[in-house]
Amino acid sequence: MIYRTLFGAPSRRVGSSFSDLEGMRRQMERLFEAYGDQSLRRAGAGVFPAVNITEDADAYYVSAELPGVSSADLDLSVTANQLTLAGERKISEEAADARYHRREREAGRFSRAVALPGDIDPDHVKASMVDGVLTVTIAKAEKAKPRQIAIQ
Amino acid sequence: MSENKELKAVEKQALASPAEQTKPGPVFTPNVDIFETEKAITLLVDMPGVKADELNVDLRDDTLTLTGDVLANAGTPGEKVYVEYETGRYYRQFSLSEVIAQEKIDAKLSDGVLRLTLPKVEKATPRRIAVQAG
Repeated sequence: MIYRTLFGAPSRRVGSSFSDLEGMRRQMERLFEAYGDQSLRRAGAGVFPAVNITEDADAYYVSAELPGVSSADLDLSVTANQLTLAGERKISEEAADARYHRREREAGRFSRAVALPGDIDPDHVKASMVDGVLTVTIAKAEKAKPRQIAIQ
Repeated sequence: MSENKELKAVEKQALASPAEQTKPGPVFTPNVDIFETEKAITLLVDMPGVKADELNVDLRDDTLTLTGDVLANAGTPGEKVYVEYETGRYYRQFSLSEVIAQEKIDAKLSDGVLRLTLPKVEKATPRRIAVQAG
């Protein structure tokens, strides 16, 4: 069987097929940890722009790379737990006698909805655009914040 | 020119290292536009997250090297919960066939886009040489 050659020596125990499966699952996980560290954890929604989300106790931080998009061409909105990034990337028209050798940068419209992992406070949302990277800071809703529980 | 076009998500192109890296981390190929007019060659390079201090433009022996670093601590605070893109170094190299007036090179970085203007050396006016019949 193929998995035997892949995963080394076959298990010595003939045991139940269930424990075989269990062992295989664990080996698969180990394999993924070893090789798939980045590619597996990196999700892709297939919608421009790609976003990263981080969180701390008070807020979610959503960042996206939008080089050449000015903040005037960007439209952000939030609902209960969703952030929408929409806008347009424009590429300036160059001189009429310009002859292109390469044209890899693209212009166009985009719109992306990002579901946030928890409830947010729509009144406390800040956004900034620095060096072509958009960062949106979204405060968590009071009920979504972690609470210290005193032991009596 | 592109009013009705929807932008497609394109994964950043990771580069198999140009040379062995001393610093670990991913290296990406930035997207560029290159165009030429009679006077200059202009490059527009997408390098989101790169600060002017971390950008290096090097031209020697007709080889133009662009390197830009996004600092590891430049990201948002807190713990990662969802990751779609990575940051690291941007690297790209071009060989130029034209002679460039090195002292007039102009580089501007705004909104994560580098605009590099490489003026061509003005060609000497062609001279006609009369051949005299001896």
